[in-house]
Amino acid sequence: MENIIKTIFGRLSIESLPIHEPIVVGTFLGVAVGGIAVLALITKFKLWGYLWKEWFTTVDHKRIGIMYMILGIVMLLRGFADALMMRGQQAIAFGDNQGFLNSHHYDQVFTAHGVIMIFFVAMPIITGLMNYVVPLQIGARDVSFPYLNNLSFWMTAGGVVLVMASLFIGEFARTGWLAFPPLSELDFSPDVGVDYYIWALQVAGVGTTLSGINLIATIIKMRAPGMTMMKLPVFCWTSLCANVLIVASFPVLTATLVLLSLDRYVGTNFFTNNLGGNPMMYVNLIWIWGHPEVYILILPLFGVFSEVTSTFSGKRLFGYTSMVYATIVITILSYLVWLHHFFTMGSGASVNSFFGITTMVISIPTGAKIFNWLFTMYKGRIRFELPMMWTIAFMLTFSIGGMTGVLLAVPPADFVLHNSLFLIAHFHNVIIGGVLFGAFAAINYWWPKAFGFKLNQFWGKVSFWLWVIGFWVAFTPLYIMGLMGVTRRLHHFDDPSLQIYFVVALLGALMIAGGIGAFLVQIGVSIWKKEDLRDVTGDPWDGRTLEWATSSPPPDYNFAFTPVIHELDAWYDMKDKKAQAPIEGYRPIHMPKNTGTGVIIAGLSTAFGFGMIWYMWWLAAIALVGVVVVAIWHTFNYDRDFYIPVEEVVATESERRRLLGQGA
Amino acid sequence: MSTDVLSADPAKNPTYYLVEDEDHHHESGGSTAIGFWMYLMSDCLIFAILFATYGVLGTSYAGGPTPREIFELPLVALNTSMLLLSSITYGFAMIAMEKNQKSNTLIWLGITGLFGLAFLSIELYEFANLIHEGAGPQRSAFLSSFFTLVGTHGLHVTFGSIWLVTLMVQVGRFGLIEANKRRLMCLSMFWHFLDVVWIGVFTFVYLLGVLR
Repeated sequence: MENIIKTIFGRLSIESLPIHEPIVVGTFLGVAVGGIAVLALITKFKLWGYLWKEWFTTVDHKRIGIMYMILGIVMLLRGFADALMMRGQQAIAFGDNQGFLNSHHYDQVFTAHGVIMIFFVAMPIITGLMNYVVPLQIGARDVSFPYLNNLSFWMTAGGVVLVMASLFIGEFARTGWLAFPPLSELDFSPDVGVDYYIWALQVAGVGTTLSGINLIATIIKMRAPGMTMMKLPVFCWTSLCANVLIVASFPVLTATLVLLSLDRYVGTNFFTNNLGGNPMMYVNLIWIWGHPEVYILILPLFGVFSEVTSTFSGKRLFGYTSMVYATIVITILSYLVWLHHFFTMGSGASVNSFFGITTMVISIPTGAKIFNWLFTMYKGRIRFELPMMWTIAFMLTFSIGGMTGVLLAVPPADFVLHNSLFLIAHFHNVIIGGVLFGAFAAINYWWPKAFGFKLNQFWGKVSFWLWVIGFWVAFTPLYIMGLMGVTRRLHHFDDPSLQIYFVVALLGALMIAGGIGAFLVQIGVSIWKKEDLRDVTGDPWDGRTLEWATSSPPPDYNFAFTPVIHELDAWYDMKDKKAQAPIEGYRPIHMPKNTGTGVIIAGLSTAFGFGMIWYMWWLAAIALVGVVVVAIWHTFNYDRDFYIPVEEVVATESERRRLLGQGA
Repeated sequence: MSTDVLSADPAKNPTYYLVEDEDHHHESGGSTAIGFWMYLMSDCLIFAILFATYGVLGTSYAGGPTPREIFELPLVALNTSMLLLSSITYGFAMIAMEKNQKSNTLIWLGITGLFGLAFLSIELYEFANLIHEGAGPQRSAFLSSFFTLVGTHGLHVTFGSIWLVTLMVQVGRFGLIEANKRRLMCLSMFWHFLDVVWIGVFTFVYLLGVLR
């Protein structure tokens, strides 16, 4: 009997459920009640069919982009809840007070925070942005591989499901976000935490690699006629470089995690302490992925800031060519700096000097970008709309984060500051100041394109000021404590003189919480009052690139007639030359069909991961065979596209002209 | 008015919209070749990491067997020839495909598959022998990285073989249509890619290992 249960459930048992952790139980109840309410509402309003047909199975890059953004924002709430718990714990855990989290739980919280924020907040948000904007900016009707795009999204969602499952079934890793061995080896982390980590990242990683390939192929092959590479919008250039980095670095992560899982599942000796294993090998490999990863996150946002600065200064971007080359140089250099994450490994003065210098050199192209943005603003007619405000906050915040980065790039200084709160403050300074501020700039900038109405300004400003001030209140104390030598990932402190810094940091975190709240209110209020914020022109900001040439939201096919490009800012050029879209001669438009295969394969992959985590070998085996069978079955379907009839195109386009006041 | 713009001198009044859309977007599979190349390069990076790991850990014998003691070069040479021959026969299949000879294509694909199976069988035989002798992947970091590098290649050949059978069924049922030709070309790249990787394995793992 016991054997049968063991075969069916692997190592999953009643004890795996964290019923003794009141915080987790409370969260579970909250999520369960909320989840059931959402499901009930969907059922009540009979939305399942609509969601399945129009969203889950969609191959439209715009809808997939929106789903990515929703996923990222939902996970931001989860990741930020972890951040608040850490700040709360450290603000009170002094002397006799052990705080409200035990160390076992606290270690999971900081690991989950890092993993979620990087993989399941920042990555979905940038992938969503690139998915939505890139095809529109290059005048294409979709990405190169629309079905693969759908699969990529669902694989990312599968990774999210596994991370969220770890909260309620079993536990998450207690190793820190990169799961360094030997701590992450079976000897020291025998439970399911590290396995959740591995499989969540592997499942999501497949999706990320595929979407990287997809977007590169799209940018290379699907540009509208006339759009040479040096007429490509800057956002597309930075996206291209970010995707090159994805394709060139995520396989490294995949291989590294495979080696770690072999150590854990098969008993090999790659990163163990005995029989020739070498843990530093893992640290090297994971950072060969990890450093390019931070540029994957920031590069697309550099593109966003370029678009925003140019649009809201009413000028073409200063130094477009230098911007492109700066991006390429950053792309290459990002592969030559990985060792600066562990100067203390002891690789010797010459190796450390090499990596220290390459790291400092990266600040040159980055600095060139900052100056380009400043010169774009110089003598421009700047409109301080929300996207521009976020951009200016970025320039101020990110420059300081960059400078503390250069400080850390000096190996002797790094020996002092390594693993301290100074480092924590530094990378939050660049990731929040760069990626998050950029994401908010982008959301405020492109929301009207995606939904046909602008976002509410008042709540946007409330969110902006709370975020920006909250960030500095939260992280300045960490810089100071880091300089004093306080290390990261501590669950309890003995020195009472530090408490005031942590209390201030908590205050900052609460302000950021307000900023997130105001952002959600901003979205809610904007949807509620959308008629007041309506934009029928499709070009609310007087934009310069092609996405503003079509209606908001764009029709399924994006452009009824493929635009022809003559200048860098193609849409500005069209407006300048008063080019009118033809009003007849429409043709049926060739489009890909929706498919549910992506959902099924991603679901089976997630089941495979779950089976592997809990040693339910039968589940893993069935799911793996299922993935192969469904993938093969999918290739037997040769009928994957259809034509949008010309009547529908004519109807859509004349409705657009009616709204524009041009007559039908 | 728009027709005026189109018919006018292109130098003075450039065209801004393609009315004669020759459907250059979504021409079937226009991006497949470049997309598949990128996939192959990403796969190549996985092998690069495995090679690098073997390079670093390949001499960590931990008191266990060394390459010279366990590698049987004649067997590996036989194995290598199986894989190289399978690449040649795949090439013949592609030539037959270009000439639109369906049954010849299928025959050469079948022979390719048999060579692939022979390669896999010999590899499994080698692995079983090693494990039997106590030189399994758990024994030392050298053996861990050896089994992982060679095994990952073998896994690729396995998936390639499943793919090959699938394509044979599809060519048999639907003929040498455009979509199937494109798929055969992708598998061709994949198959030759595995061949190239194997040359690396043979040289750096087996030959250099025995020299050391």
